[in-house]
Amino acid sequence: MISVLRTLWLVFLHMFRKRETIQYPDEKLVLPPRYRGRIILSRDPDGEERCVACYLCAIACPVDCIALQATGDEHGRRYPDFFRINFSRCIFCGFCEEACPTYAIQLTPSLEMSEYKRQNMVYEKEDLLISGTGKYPGYNFYRVAGLQIKGKSKGEAEREEPPVDVRSLLP
Amino acid sequence: MTETVRSTVIVFGVLISLLTVSAGLIWLERRLLAVWQDRYGPNRVGPFGLLQVLADMIKIFFKEDWIPPFADKAVFVIAPAVIMVTALLSFAVVPFAPDISVVDLDVGVLFVLGLSSMGVYSVVLAGWASNNKYSLLGALRAAAQMLSYEVYMGLSLMGVVLLAGSFNLATIVEQQRGLWFVVPQFVGFIVFTIAGIAETRRLPFDLPEAENELNAGFHSEYSGMKFGMFFVGEYIGITLVSALIATLFFGGWLGPVLPPIVWFILKTFVFLCFFILLRAALPRPRFDQLMAYGWKMMLPLALLNLVVTGGLVLALE
Repeated sequence: MISVLRTLWLVFLHMFRKRETIQYPDEKLVLPPRYRGRIILSRDPDGEERCVACYLCAIACPVDCIALQATGDEHGRRYPDFFRINFSRCIFCGFCEEACPTYAIQLTPSLEMSEYKRQNMVYEKEDLLISGTGKYPGYNFYRVAGLQIKGKSKGEAEREEPPVDVRSLLP
Repeated sequence: MTETVRSTVIVFGVLISLLTVSAGLIWLERRLLAVWQDRYGPNRVGPFGLLQVLADMIKIFFKEDWIPPFADKAVFVIAPAVIMVTALLSFAVVPFAPDISVVDLDVGVLFVLGLSSMGVYSVVLAGWASNNKYSLLGALRAAAQMLSYEVYMGLSLMGVVLLAGSFNLATIVEQQRGLWFVVPQFVGFIVFTIAGIAETRRLPFDLPEAENELNAGFHSEYSGMKFGMFFVGEYIGITLVSALIATLFFGGWLGPVLPPIVWFILKTFVFLCFFILLRAALPRPRFDQLMAYGWKMMLPLALLNLVVTGGLVLALE
């Protein structure tokens, strides 16, 4: 009997507690930075597209919602001709981000992407590209990779030594 | 002529305000349950979510009102009406204020007890007419629960009747001018409150509709406004029990400063909230525990209370 009364009293005291509810459309959600929401394509610090159109994200995607076509310029830089994510299929698993070798594709803590028309859920490259570097500031794939492009020949990348002359006997 | 107009106004006023209150209770209950679970509850529709009731009503009126082909149609339709009628009729004798009551019946307490016994027919008939084993089990439980709790519900009130020397609810209220009956009749109050919860089939005594084992008990097969009537009937039932507790034990309309009707509403409201708090806090007992509790504890308590009160009243005469 005492325990029943105690229960009643303790439940009554909950009246004066703080509410757990977040009244969502009025109060915005505070999501952690690693939250897996809307997918974006980031740019490197120089403002160029990071994506090198390697198709790894499209292959990793379990629902096949990423479609892209690789192309390249005359200097050896690769970039996607088109890059399309169908968000009505996307399950926000984040495998594309894990697969990406250049930190180009990233998931962001943004989730308000409801649409009235299904076709509007298909995002093209211009919808996906953002102007910044996303979660990895300062990273530039072409500056650390050994690939030769215009303005950077072999051995000029960061933390890279000049190529060894295999025909020379000198160390 | 003016007398006729007056009583007509009272009758319809009571009817309309009761239906409004019982609908509003849906909102109050959801809101209070939420408050006691650290949530907000319905607060979107209208100010404080008050129009939620209206939205729910519109929704339930437009629901398909389906009568299962295997059901006993006539009884199936009558059952929800019975609970509404008995619950509403009981309010006829409740004195809201010195001159505001539908009838000033000299056997008011008996009338209320009789009608609350009639209320059980609604549940039993609903369970029977549904032709469904879970409904029938719910109805069986309801019948057993009601019968056993009815016994000491009546007995617990006899102490009050002894003290007041009348079955008339208005007289009982008048007799509490000096001291509310909750003080001399504390045991009676406890027993009556518990019996009242069992009588209205509210948690923790809602075994007839225990959703985890009987999926909704006696109203499993009901839908649309027929289900709504069970719901509203239940809420009118709680309002009735709260009003009765306020009237019989807490001096009804008596109180300083504020007008009598306000005191009555305030006291009733407090008990309504208490009923909802019980729902928020307590789990449902097993059925045999419920019956054992009724027969082995409440009945002896009520009898003892009656004997002691009777003895004291006799000795002091």
